Amino acid sequence: MTMIQERRPDAAAGDAGSDVLLEVRGLTVEYAGPSGAVRACADVSFDLHRGEILGVVGESGSGKSTLITALTRLQRPPAVTTAGRVVYRPREGGPAVDLVTLSPRRLRGLRWTRLSIVLQSAMDALNPVTRLGEQFVDVLRTHDRSLSRAAAWEEARRLLGLVGISADRARSFPHELSGGMRQRATIALALACRPELVVMDEPTTAVDVVMQRQILAQVLRLRREFGFAVVFVTHDLSLLLELADRIAVMYAGRIVELAASREIYRAPLHPYTQGLRDSFPPLHAPVERLEGIPGTPPDLRLLPAGCPFAPRCPHAFDRCRTEQPALVDHGERSVACHLRDPEEVRS
Amino acid sequence: MRASLLRNGKVLFGVVVLGFFVLLALFGPMVLSALGLDARANDISAIAAPPSPEHPLGTTQFGQDVLAQVIEGARGSMFVGFLGAAIGTAIAIVVGVPAGYFGGTTGNLLNFVTNIFLVMPVLPLIFVVAGYLQGTGLVMIAIIIGVFGWAGGARTLRAQAMSVRNRDFVQAMRMLGEPHRRLIFVEVLPHLYGWIASMFLGGLIGAVMAEAGLAFLGVSDSSAISWGTMIQAAQQQSAVLRGLWWWFVPPGLCIALVGTAAALINFGVDELANPKLRAASRRVAKRTESVRREAAVAERA
Amino acid sequence: MTALGGAASASATTTTALAEVSARRKPRRRSGVFLLKRLGFYAVAAWSAITLNFVIPRLMPGDPSAAIIDQLERVSGQALAPEALVSIRGLFGDPDQNLVEQYVAYLGQLARFDLGVSISNFPVPVAELVGAGLPWTLLLVGTTTVISFVLGTMLGVAVGWRAGSRFDSIMTPFITFVSSVPYFWIALLALWFFGFVLGWFPLAGGYDPNLAIAFEPSFLLSVMQYGALPALTIVFSAFGGWMLGMRNMTVTTVREDYVLLAQAKGLSPARVRWRYAARNAMLPQFTGFAMALGGVVGGALLTEIVFSYPGIGYLLFSALQKRDYPVMQGVFLLVTLTVLLANLIADSLYVWLDPRVREES
Repeated sequence: MTMIQERRPDAAAGDAGSDVLLEVRGLTVEYAGPSGAVRACADVSFDLHRGEILGVVGESGSGKSTLITALTRLQRPPAVTTAGRVVYRPREGGPAVDLVTLSPRRLRGLRWTRLSIVLQSAMDALNPVTRLGEQFVDVLRTHDRSLSRAAAWEEARRLLGLVGISADRARSFPHELSGGMRQRATIALALACRPELVVMDEPTTAVDVVMQRQILAQVLRLRREFGFAVVFVTHDLSLLLELADRIAVMYAGRIVELAASREIYRAPLHPYTQGLRDSFPPLHAPVERLEGIPGTPPDLRLLPAGCPFAPRCPHAFDRCRTEQPALVDHGERSVACHLRDPEEVRS
Repeated sequence: MRASLLRNGKVLFGVVVLGFFVLLALFGPMVLSALGLDARANDISAIAAPPSPEHPLGTTQFGQDVLAQVIEGARGSMFVGFLGAAIGTAIAIVVGVPAGYFGGTTGNLLNFVTNIFLVMPVLPLIFVVAGYLQGTGLVMIAIIIGVFGWAGGARTLRAQAMSVRNRDFVQAMRMLGEPHRRLIFVEVLPHLYGWIASMFLGGLIGAVMAEAGLAFLGVSDSSAISWGTMIQAAQQQSAVLRGLWWWFVPPGLCIALVGTAAALINFGVDELANPKLRAASRRVAKRTESVRREAAVAERA
Repeated sequence: MTALGGAASASATTTTALAEVSARRKPRRRSGVFLLKRLGFYAVAAWSAITLNFVIPRLMPGDPSAAIIDQLERVSGQALAPEALVSIRGLFGDPDQNLVEQYVAYLGQLARFDLGVSISNFPVPVAELVGAGLPWTLLLVGTTTVISFVLGTMLGVAVGWRAGSRFDSIMTPFITFVSSVPYFWIALLALWFFGFVLGWFPLAGGYDPNLAIAFEPSFLLSVMQYGALPALTIVFSAFGGWMLGMRNMTVTTVREDYVLLAQAKGLSPARVRWRYAARNAMLPQFTGFAMALGGVVGGALLTEIVFSYPGIGYLLFSALQKRDYPVMQGVFLLVTLTVLLANLIADSLYVWLDPRVREES
């Protein structure tokens, strides 16, 4: 199916200091719909390195949110992970585990201490009837039974201080805080147990631009300090170009391009990425006509044979409509497009 | 949507059962004469007799055939049920929609009246009123039930009307100068049909039960036969102490079935209308299970 | 229409309540102001009940006062004392005074707890009759309401959490059926089966008539024995409504982001279920609880009648049959005021439960 060439020498399991934190292979998620299963995520594969910020960008229906819930195993019916593995390698060595098949009890041990999540709408992400500090205290004490309540509250106040929320707000209820404060609080919460990976699902979509910048700056600062990796999902490519080390572009449930953000901006290989990049204005460029991408995202229940982007692609040719392109490595980057196939390039 | 409505097991069951009783109510007398039964005829030879081939559901203390009474009673109970629900729903609409739409002083006043009726324990009040009204027909009973039971529905409609009124399209039309009456009937009300239907069904259950309750307490048309009057008569004649279970079990069962049918319809419709409830339905759970079983990966749930 | 039966569409009640709760999210009120407003409302409602009680007999055809005085004199076999005459006229209408004077006198009378004299139980004052019956009803209604609420809510969470499972698909329609059954019919059935056929429980009364009323074990035991069947039937019939409402609320709440985050935090499933999901799902139930109190009273009254339980429901019923208006109106007034008080208590409880209604920081 996919021909992934390992971009680094395959690190043996248990190799302390291994560069790769998360190894995702062939992850497929299906929704049990009334007329058959619909593939929201098909055959997603990538490596996530320690301390790296990986951006995942795509339109609605691209499968990026489904990817998040699959990675973190927070799915609800009718979503089911039907294939693939998500191999997590702990930072201090020890055996690698496949998150997909891990037992719920062991998974719970990993939650928050290794893998945490920041949701899109902080207003809904915090328990409305519990004090803010308490929501830190419960997770702190769940993962460290020896921690006293007083110590946990102290730590909660300290964490809130990291994101610029004063200690006396710890006793407030979520509805008493402003939207920006709530979002920052959820970020602080995500770091409570020093995770190795923080997954962020559109954390800035619901806030204004000014708050957006503050939040991003904070994330970068905290990442420098604590060294966690980030998977940042958004529909806004411009954000990722500044924030992410590498960017994965998703379309119709598949990754169509994966490269360093600078490469994505400078020389996108996939026509869809090109379209995305060209559809927002850079701040310093001369004023010119914006290009959108014609057409609409495909209905996942009725995917065309061949490349799902072909109907909208300005460079599509015959092979595109019959054969699905595989994600192929080109040095440090990968792309799923027949145009870039060495065979085609030569011909 | 309609197709999936009927595919939902709960709704289907509810519609079938409710439909059956509606038909029974409508065609009851014809069924009775076809079967040669008379609800009021006294069979002296079989006083308080248990079920037998001549009297499939036994007879009452007065030798009246219970099955015949149940069929005849369907008409009485369903009549009061539908009329009471209709009156209650109508009042709820008239009070609740303007309360939500207009807001301000009118709205507050209407809301206040609604709350009073909500909070007041209605039964003692009905007693007092009914006590003064000597002798009441079924229509009067239905009116009493409707007049005392509209408050819950009005409250719901007020909340819903408020939210529709605050939607952008209504605001826009107001600014264009659309008159209130047109807005209410043409724009706001259609959004509330679902709620009104659900309220009517809920009211139906309530009214049938209320009729039975009132009849049980002696507030009823003494010449009419309904499921409620049957249970009341049974109680009067100490049916329990004499073990005449066939007298009061069938009518109560019918009330319960009607109530269950309407409730299930509401439940099923709720499920379809609310995506969160739908995602939690049995059908979705089963579908998810089958996808999970065929998956290449065993995700331990 | 829910007043006389069991729970009507539980989903509708909780959905309404939910709409109210989210409407409350926006205007954040200080709890003090909120409670004061509620108190004001209940004060007005109480005043309405009192006034209604004043108005109704005066609206009725004929002269109820004269009719009642007549009946009383017939029953007692002698003319009524002047104080009794004043009391009856004050409650039921005095053709000699104008309305305003009557109203003032009426209020004064009520303040002295003078509700007139019972016709059927002459010469016992209504207040005394009501006072005797009230504790029994409170006992029955109080315990059964709390039990069915708690039971229904906990079961509702259990079922709602596992929504879509086979357990849910069987339980939910079954409970719907159970809660569609009229209280009093279940009571009759239970009385027949457990009392008559099996003989496990006594068939009537609140306590063994051979025992004296005293706070001693034998009496208390008898109270429990006689109260068991009425209580069980009420609980059986009532908890279904709470369960269904809670189930739907739990299903909705479980899909909220904060529950997802709680799971993502790796908290124990029990903690997520109770501290995050149930704690929030419960809120509309409380609002619904207050609304349902009127109906609870109705159902309990009916049960008392079936079991001949010596509470005010039974009192009201016998009064109705004997056209004993003083008792009927006295019970109405008392029940209404009690329900209003209970509602106020429920509202206060709600303030404590939902911090969004409390003071702004």
